[in-house]
Amino acid sequence: MSTDRERWLAAASPVLLLGVWEVLSRSGVLDSRYVPPPSAVLATLGALIRSGELPAHLAISVRRILVGFFLGAAPAVALGLAMGLNRTVRALFLPLVTAIYPIPKIAIYPLIIFYLGVGEASKVSIVAVSIFFLVLLNTMAGVIALDRVYFNIARAYGAGGRTIFRTVAWPGALPAVFTGLKLGMGFALIVIVGAELLGSDAGIGFLIWQSFQIFDVEKMFAGLLTTAALGWGATLALDAIERRALPWRPWTQL
Amino acid sequence: MTAAVQLTGAIAPAVAVQRLSHVFPGPRGGVPALADVSFAVRRGEFCALIGPSGCGKTTLLHILAGLIAPSAGVITVPPRRNGRLPTALVFQGVSTFPWLTVVENVAYGLRVLGAPRAEARARALALLARMGLEGFHDAYPHQLSEGMRQRVSLARALAVDPEVLLMDEPFANLDEQNRLLLQDELLRLWQADRKTVLFVTHSLDEAIRLADRVLVMTARPGRIKTEVEIPLRRPRDFRELRRDPAYGALSARLWDELRDEVARAEGR
Repeated sequence: MSTDRERWLAAASPVLLLGVWEVLSRSGVLDSRYVPPPSAVLATLGALIRSGELPAHLAISVRRILVGFFLGAAPAVALGLAMGLNRTVRALFLPLVTAIYPIPKIAIYPLIIFYLGVGEASKVSIVAVSIFFLVLLNTMAGVIALDRVYFNIARAYGAGGRTIFRTVAWPGALPAVFTGLKLGMGFALIVIVGAELLGSDAGIGFLIWQSFQIFDVEKMFAGLLTTAALGWGATLALDAIERRALPWRPWTQL
Repeated sequence: MTAAVQLTGAIAPAVAVQRLSHVFPGPRGGVPALADVSFAVRRGEFCALIGPSGCGKTTLLHILAGLIAPSAGVITVPPRRNGRLPTALVFQGVSTFPWLTVVENVAYGLRVLGAPRAEARARALALLARMGLEGFHDAYPHQLSEGMRQRVSLARALAVDPEVLLMDEPFANLDEQNRLLLQDELLRLWQADRKTVLFVTHSLDEAIRLADRVLVMTARPGRIKTEVEIPLRRPRDFRELRRDPAYGALSARLWDELRDEVARAEGR
């Protein structure tokens, strides 16, 4: 429910910031060797795209995120549903989950490298691990928060376990699953860029790290900009999928 | 006390409940919800069940619908036949699946019972037409008013063609005007195919307006305290009913029975 004025301000503030930045950098108030003007960053970004360097790194990062996302989310949803529906399963796994969940996932990365090496497997795994717990806990909470009346309706019509799962638990928990996926997407980005900074020979994180090593500040900014765009695009994509998957929710226009 | 009350409906009853008790497990030996409940509902009878909050009315309906196994006692409901349920329960409050469209909600019971998709849909559409919900087939519940959602719940229960319709304060969340409309609608449907109805309510007016007979329950643990016949002519028009002196007398009679129980439920 944003007014025209709010929309205008939302568009104006980043433009204004970039404008001020550009002026300060060009006029020499800011040392352009350390803080290059946005126009120079954009030019570098254009060059990186044309040379194919950036698309290649981007594709590698995106593939790692997608594969890791799927490998983490699929078992998380399954176990989350089971833990939400069944007290025994919950009692069995919840202590483990609560113990492991707060560990910063990037702190597990050295261990993962130790087991899986520095190749793709470790990158995909760190993404999977980082989103697993978020999706799991959200899915479980979604099932638990479901009004008991829905289960009772199903049972009153004679529905068995499988039908209840298919017609009540799964559709009812799906909004919470998406909440987990969206939160997880943020973490996946943090973790994959972090992992690529630490030990990698490709990907957006590697691009930023490599630019740092040769003091190419413009390229570093271009890498950051790409990361921001990647996160923004991922959010838009997940929102679009969510709206398709949940036509029954009262979506408000934003 | 129960033995002193002569209960009607004993001949060819659609629902018979004998010495039913239920205790919910809990600390200190559990919470008794129902104690020694006995009554019967005749085939085709509209029977209302009234009692103070927390007296076990909902528990009783859940037992009859097969959702809860009672601690003690015997219940008799019509036998289950192929593709039909002996009882269907209309739930209190929010009771449409928000993730299903109107027609999918109405067809839900039929689908669970194994009816083919097209057949279930056709039957659901017919019922929706009967309930004045044409044009809303593909809407989701959040797009409907509370009154329309309650119609959908009722249609879903009727779709499985139950012999006994159990209703748990189905109109409690509606405003007065919509409640009157839905009561009319329910009476119209009931008049047409005379299903056996057991209708739980906390409204004296609703019980008198709808039922042939009102069972009054005690405070928890609930028992049947007494029953009151409602000999008002049908069809019952709201305006005529309100002018009928018998209406006031029945209302006073029911309140006499209920008052002490409500006071008791409120902590004596």
